[in-house]
Amino acid sequence: MKQMSRIVRTVTNLIYGFIIIFGFYVILHGHLTPGGGFQGGAIVASAFALLLISYGALNTEKLLKKDLLSILESGGLTMFIGTAFLGLGITFFYNFLANSGSWFGDAAVIGINPGNMNTGGVIPLMNIAVGLEVLSALGVIVLVMASGAEFTKKKENS
Amino acid sequence: MKKIIFGIAFIIFFSFLIVSAINMRQFGEPIFSEMDDYFIENAQSETGANNVVTSIVFDYRGFDTLGEATVLFAAAVGIIALFRRVTK
Repeated sequence: MKQMSRIVRTVTNLIYGFIIIFGFYVILHGHLTPGGGFQGGAIVASAFALLLISYGALNTEKLLKKDLLSILESGGLTMFIGTAFLGLGITFFYNFLANSGSWFGDAAVIGINPGNMNTGGVIPLMNIAVGLEVLSALGVIVLVMASGAEFTKKKENS
Repeated sequence: MKKIIFGIAFIIFFSFLIVSAINMRQFGEPIFSEMDDYFIENAQSETGANNVVTSIVFDYRGFDTLGEATVLFAAAVGIIALFRRVTK
């Protein structure tokens, strides 16, 4: 994949940071607003795909390391299962932080309310874990496929 | 001949579908709603999250989300293994 024209690259430079910020907003506010880990991770991965098609695989691999994304993916899934195991005093996947007064432990106001970040128990932690896992899994899929296409094209030309 | 038999069978099958679609409950009025009512009443006070959908996905039905995350992980691992460099 060659890199695309200067117009596309300039617009990508302007916009991809905002896409990544919006994705992390959707992940972090998963317990208050529509969305969550899966959706936010997909938004961040779409920013990676935008970088990939506008700059080409060779230039993007300098910025996004496949090994780092692999480690993030495994770490996200491990953090998710670990958070589930932490509630094992009562049951698997027990929400032991909700309404406890510590981290994310404030009681939610019943009914319509503007929302408090410090509520939700283990739900925000699991959102962050699943978001990291999804963004790195989709990102690494796109990166590996693009570099594989690049390698095949180079081999056909030689 | 074959076409006529297939056509008659298709019409009979389709009429069954139409009849069952007409006899279905009204849209948005489920027959058994005990679990929905429980989630709407208690999700906010039990989990403390405003978003009831997220509280179901990550708390009440956590095993389902664990399966989804595992499926995505397995897909990524399979694609990495498929696109590995075999030759130099």
